[in-house]
Amino acid sequence: MNLKTINLKILLFAAARDLCETSEAQIELPQSATVADLKVELIKSFPQLQPILSRSAISVDHQYADDQVELNESSEVAIIPPVSGG
Amino acid sequence: MIEITSKQIDTAAVLDSVQSNQAGAAVLFVGSTRQFTGERETLKLDYECYESLAIKKMTEILEQAAAKWKIEACSIVHRVGTVELGEASIAVAVSSPHRGDSFEAGRWLVDTLKTEVPIWKREHWADGSQEWVHPEGATPGQDRPV
Repeated sequence: MNLKTINLKILLFAAARDLCETSEAQIELPQSATVADLKVELIKSFPQLQPILSRSAISVDHQYADDQVELNESSEVAIIPPVSGG
Repeated sequence: MIEITSKQIDTAAVLDSVQSNQAGAAVLFVGSTRQFTGERETLKLDYECYESLAIKKMTEILEQAAAKWKIEACSIVHRVGTVELGEASIAVAVSSPHRGDSFEAGRWLVDTLKTEVPIWKREHWADGSQEWVHPEGATPGQDRPV
């Protein structure tokens, strides 16, 4: 059993930031956790994110990442709600 | 030219930035704050962005446009912060030897920015309410056909 964990800093924008009342969340995950694991933990810590998270992308180190992408402590991670520039 | 700015956009300068003797055509698109959406009245918009990723994505879409069309130069400038009625929130300029490429590339750049670049607007409605705009179909990274 792997008990090592990583601490991730998650950047929050727009409605996600307003819902969490912070622009940066801390999430603790097991080592080798993936984006899918992160989404589960985020909903546990911030249930109010549920509606927007299901429609959001996750970026990891400046790339839109699918659920299988593995995270590490130095990753720059952000929740990207549907965008509305222009 | 790729820029995110909190100051008013100098749209003439954006157009100038793509002019060259090799270009027989240049197209400038300016998006601005609209007062009415149907019956609802907007007082102003606020924009925010994830700047480092937004710059990276704007650079990528300019590279993709340059690979798809025969273009000479292109620029995107997006404003953040409060954008009052009638003020420009975005300017996109494209130049090309022939006009068709500038028109098509310009439209594609604006459409693609609206689904891929992490910039968000918040409506301030005349009834006093506010809301972030998170449109259907605008979740980035979905590999839509282009």
